[in-house]
Amino acid sequence: MSAQKTYRFQFIGLTIGLLVCFMVNISLGSIHIPLKNIIASLLGTNEVTSNWNVIIMDYRLPKAITAIMVGSGLGISGLLMQTLFRNPLAGPFVLGISSGASLGVALVILGSGLFGSLFATALMTKWSIVIAASLGSFLVLLAVLAVSNKVRDTMAILIIGLMFGSITAAVVSVLSYFSSAEQLQQYIFWGFGSVSNLSWYELLIFFGIYAVGLALSITSIKGLNSLLLGDNYAKSLGLNLKQSRLIIILATSLIAGTVTAFAGPIAFIGLAIPHVTRQIFKTTNHKILLPAVFLCGAIVMLICDTVAQVPNSDYTLPINAITALVGAPVVIWLLVRQRKMMF
Amino acid sequence: MKTEASHTILAAKQLSIGYKTKKAEMVIASNINFELQKGQLIGLVGANGIGKSTLLRTLIQVQPELSGSISLNGKDLKTTSTLELAKQLSIVLTEPLISKNLSVFELVALGRHPYTNWIGNLTEVDIAIINKSLDLIKIVDLKDKKCYELSDGQLQKVMIARALAQDTDVIILDEPTSHLDMYHKAYILKLLQRLTKDTGKTILFSSHEIDLAIQLCDTMIVMQKEKVVCNQPCQLISEGIFETLFPKDLIVFDEKTGSFRVTK
Repeated sequence: MSAQKTYRFQFIGLTIGLLVCFMVNISLGSIHIPLKNIIASLLGTNEVTSNWNVIIMDYRLPKAITAIMVGSGLGISGLLMQTLFRNPLAGPFVLGISSGASLGVALVILGSGLFGSLFATALMTKWSIVIAASLGSFLVLLAVLAVSNKVRDTMAILIIGLMFGSITAAVVSVLSYFSSAEQLQQYIFWGFGSVSNLSWYELLIFFGIYAVGLALSITSIKGLNSLLLGDNYAKSLGLNLKQSRLIIILATSLIAGTVTAFAGPIAFIGLAIPHVTRQIFKTTNHKILLPAVFLCGAIVMLICDTVAQVPNSDYTLPINAITALVGAPVVIWLLVRQRKMMF
Repeated sequence: MKTEASHTILAAKQLSIGYKTKKAEMVIASNINFELQKGQLIGLVGANGIGKSTLLRTLIQVQPELSGSISLNGKDLKTTSTLELAKQLSIVLTEPLISKNLSVFELVALGRHPYTNWIGNLTEVDIAIINKSLDLIKIVDLKDKKCYELSDGQLQKVMIARALAQDTDVIILDEPTSHLDMYHKAYILKLLQRLTKDTGKTILFSSHEIDLAIQLCDTMIVMQKEKVVCNQPCQLISEGIFETLFPKDLIVFDEKTGSFRVTK
């Protein structure tokens, strides 16, 4: 079966890369901890009460796991969107999914001023932010899908996604006019993006929803491959178009929605990672691409987070800025080298 | 097959095609009747805009019929599920591929989708069928190439191989010869003719190559404004169908040679 490549070499390389990045990410931080003690903590052979152990187990490990889920999740939802909308520019950010999440969060954080203080206390929990972000991204995706059924032109769909972004921005500015400085600050900090400060319990919920989205994406692999030929061919291959579309959209909004909810609107990962992966693997077969995008996304996000926390200092840069600083040049470099997006 | 005698695979009865909007129906052609037999090569010809593509799109159920019925292997298409249809009818369209980054093998392998499991794993049987399809079209050497490396003619062959790998009774092709040079037009149509003989499949294609179709097809469907006729090419010639196909001011049909000529 010479024609069915296994890509074993690339997968082994990326897995090793992921492990290395994971270890580096955990080893670096504002406090220096020797590698020996880090491994001991991870293996559970360290004293449970030691400070180092607490830092590793309750702070750095959850953060690294969050980074892995955020990176892989955004990469996968970008991949799904690019295939579904047959557009190399598609991604959770461009299609307005992140805008939807932002709108939801803005309504909860900033809108509480409008809805009155009675609501405010009930609405201000972290969970309400998570739910609002998920709902917002799901609704925007549904709207984009409804429009895409009417408008066959995929360029139009992208522009509509951008318009949703503008509407969000407008609503947010109206809301911020009526909000207190404290609320504004909370919203802006959410907008910076962050993979830290998630408790194990929150991580569990995050993982639960993420896993459902991931499972849905895996069941969509066959459909995604036939969609590479176009809608009519896919249908002629026995694909239930409406159902597959809905599942893909659902998977994307679950993943991108929760990621945005827990980590804020993180730019460029969703757009850039699928392209980087296609460059490495030279294929569009989703059976290969999906796990590959998972690995690449996780690695890039771990690196971005490592950079953002500025090792051996007390500063933490907004991760959203780092992903854009890393992501945008990568996309430009790919375009210049390839002269066209491989898709 | 037990029945050696010709039997009907694809049939249309009182079929009327066109577009339906909320307000009105736009009928493009109506009263279409034909019966296509097993193992035949059928050419669908007619002037631009007469509704060839609409007819094919209706046959492959991309758009619904306005009235009348289409039956495939004796079963009405309306009651056939998408997956059942996928096992009986495959298509080659004019629309460009979304992704040309697939290898030829991967693309042809997509034809096995109706038969593979939920994640699309290929069994040995699937791989054997894919290789046989590549072999029948004589493109085994292209197997590992990417689709963006292929010429139009090669890509068309790959798309036909994909339809073959779908292992259906009927293959429908929409203008398989457009964008090709004269040699490749003849090559593709000749290839389709050979496939009907070798595999016993029924192949229906639309084309503007009326001369070639007359020479190669077992049956032709000629679409005209007033009527749609379906018969053997020589019958159609003697009935004088082709003379009335186009306005006579520029080209005329020569009955003896079975081809069109530009008027001097």
